[in-house]
Amino acid sequence: MISCARHLCETLKTRSAPSRAYATAGDAGKRRLNLPVDFGKSPLLHHTSATFQNVPDLPQHGKTTKLNLYQAVNAGLRAALKEDNKVLCFGEDVAFGGVFRCTMNLQSEFGPDRVFNTPITEQGIVGAAIGMAAEGAKPVVEIQFADYVFPAFDQIVNEASKFRYREGATGANLAGMVLRMPCGGVGHGALYHTQSPESLFCHIPGFKVVVPRSPTQAKGLLLASILESQDPVIFMEPKILYRAAVEEVPDELYTLPLGKAEVLKTGSDLTMISYGRPLYTCMAAIEAVEKASPGLSVELIDLRTIFPWDRQTVLESVKKTGRAMVVHESMVNYGVGSELAASIQEAAFLHLKAPIKRLGGWTTHTGLAWEKFIFPDTTRIYDGVLELMDY
Amino acid sequence: MECRAMMRPLLATCRRKPGALITRAGIRRASDNWASGPAQKPASDFVHFPGALKSQFTSTMKFRNPTEETAMPTYRIMDADGNIVDNSRDPQSASDEEILGWYHNMLTVSIFDLIMFDAQRQGRVSFYMVSAGEEGIAVGSASALTPDDVCYLQYREQGVMVQRGFTLKEMMNQLFANKDDYGKGRNMPVHYGSGKLNVHTISSPLATQIPQASGAAYALKMQRLINPNTPERVVACYFGEGAASEGDFHAALNIAATKACPIVFVCRNNGFAISTASIEQYKGDGIASRGLGYGIDTIRVDGNDIFAVREVMREARKRALEGDCKPVLVEAMSYRVSHHSTSDDSFAYRAKREVEEWKRRDNPITRLRKWMENKGIWNEEKETEARAAIRKQVLQEFSAAEKLKKPAIREMFEDVYEKMTPEAMQQMKDLKRMIEKYPKEYDVAMYEGGVKSLD
Repeated sequence: MISCARHLCETLKTRSAPSRAYATAGDAGKRRLNLPVDFGKSPLLHHTSATFQNVPDLPQHGKTTKLNLYQAVNAGLRAALKEDNKVLCFGEDVAFGGVFRCTMNLQSEFGPDRVFNTPITEQGIVGAAIGMAAEGAKPVVEIQFADYVFPAFDQIVNEASKFRYREGATGANLAGMVLRMPCGGVGHGALYHTQSPESLFCHIPGFKVVVPRSPTQAKGLLLASILESQDPVIFMEPKILYRAAVEEVPDELYTLPLGKAEVLKTGSDLTMISYGRPLYTCMAAIEAVEKASPGLSVELIDLRTIFPWDRQTVLESVKKTGRAMVVHESMVNYGVGSELAASIQEAAFLHLKAPIKRLGGWTTHTGLAWEKFIFPDTTRIYDGVLELMDY
Repeated sequence: MECRAMMRPLLATCRRKPGALITRAGIRRASDNWASGPAQKPASDFVHFPGALKSQFTSTMKFRNPTEETAMPTYRIMDADGNIVDNSRDPQSASDEEILGWYHNMLTVSIFDLIMFDAQRQGRVSFYMVSAGEEGIAVGSASALTPDDVCYLQYREQGVMVQRGFTLKEMMNQLFANKDDYGKGRNMPVHYGSGKLNVHTISSPLATQIPQASGAAYALKMQRLINPNTPERVVACYFGEGAASEGDFHAALNIAATKACPIVFVCRNNGFAISTASIEQYKGDGIASRGLGYGIDTIRVDGNDIFAVREVMREARKRALEGDCKPVLVEAMSYRVSHHSTSDDSFAYRAKREVEEWKRRDNPITRLRKWMENKGIWNEEKETEARAAIRKQVLQEFSAAEKLKKPAIREMFEDVYEKMTPEAMQQMKDLKRMIEKYPKEYDVAMYEGGVKSLD
């Protein structure tokens, strides 16, 4: 399916603010909470390699390069293609580098047999990937936007998810198959360039569902998905971070464990759980609320793998803090937050001092004019913390 | 398209360099399309639109009408009486012994079908699908494959399984979903699969296997590019004419053609998709006419003529592996003599007389039998003997498989992921607690290891 999001991005930038057709916010001069995230200063990114020591499994020594998220995905794909000649990389417009540049120069380096374009057919792309993985190849395919994964849903839900299970003792499985897809809001993506369908994938067992928040994660988790996972992986890349999130990334091949959450900030009063892009909003809200209420401390957890998720890390944290909030862009009802809230309630009921709060997109579609109102922003998260603390 | 056009100048700098794999010279590849041909010359009578490279200009406005085209012919070697009509193709590309083997396999499928259809009627298996009338397509095509070739089936290809060496015991284990079933009792009956025979497990959703087969074929081609000593292999992908209406059929043929995959698509056109006659399924000349539209070598063959099916499949396999590889489409014509499945009474939508007519007039088994009798290698006595022996063997395996225990209850949770998730382990404990707390409510004795498997 065709997208011109990048092209749109270039042209729209030059227009003056009052005439723009996409989401608006209040007067920038008066705003205190809903400020743009300063990725250059965000504590969620490794501005130097010195902070690598805070993350288990990140290589501590060796050369690093400052990369944005699409460059890190590109570096991960390059490392995988180099490491294992069974790795294949394909999808719509992948050959020239991809509409988001994630596969740039890979075809010239690894040849058109391993990096190539397919016809525009999502069900065909995923179907073909299943067949390749079943014969021992490692297909890393791209769905141009997560919004366009639905034609492949039958292949994902009925075929790939159930593949190992139904093959049983024949031993066939889809290890090494990875479905990459850009997801999430981008400010002006409207109905079909903003969706985050992760919870739909989590309702069907068989896939691991991964959402990185940063370049180091993107490379490490992608390499783990391709080279280490014995199960197929859905790898959702928040496209708004492709150019925005920049950090030091180890040059060498490394992997980050799937199914393991990362505690980004320790705290004692409330556990905030999120993944991908909203983590930056969460961090901004935490900084504001902790500044406004001295002594209050919020723990922030990056889930990294949405399913199967790290119950232990989340439950330990909530048992400690007694309050929990889950934040994501996708619709709040039946979302990842609902599953986490229910699981926390079951396993940590006696530790809870307040109801668990779910903050997600409203139960509507992402109309072009209102994106800023639909996804949880700093103000909503800030208010949510106060509400839980005052309960 | 705009984005792509914008990037074009960049491509001069990233033209293909020798990569990890050596690419064969002189082969036009999809990814070479950027360097489209020279600009059109003035007064040229050819169009050089990138979307149709060899289209000639015409001043006659003519809409092509499919009804003006003659239907693609149906290739046959042997007529309904078992006489050879095409002497240029030697049916004896196989020995008498092999041909007797095919006959035995077709007969086995047909007898197996009758017994299992009745077994379902008695409630001894939950479901069954016979393949009466299509034994020739399955056995004939499979006889042209090597054991290394990979097969993707729809569900009416028992003959492929038998021809590849799937035993009656293995079939029965699957149907009874017992502890020895390779599918560990997880799939409905007739959803066969075998790792050692290179047949992927059948799944119910129609046509999903077709793009998978294209991908598998590409992987086989890559295996040879990586290591030229790997034996040449193709994928054989089977589906009915109804399944060919699914989007996955379109996706698969288009991908197989654009990526030059060594695959043979075998469409069993038996005239019906459950109750839907092919007249309601498509308006064109069957499935075969579509192959050309995708740029695929295509042939229509008489599916009741096992010699024709085999020779077509041998040739298709050869072509699929030639040069840079390519897909081939075979449309094998037959008639679904049987009901769709044990859940279907086909006389609700077609005349019994029509079915009887087909049964009597033409049938792959009787056709080969006539040929064998003409040749003097078969007779009534041998027929009676073979039928009795097969029947006995099927019944033996039937009762053996029926007696075996069901797979361990634990297998319900295994293989969802490589390793059971903590969540699944907790659920297994919960289930165990329920079974132990309410022992009268659950019958666990029939499962291998009983409730202990949940530890």
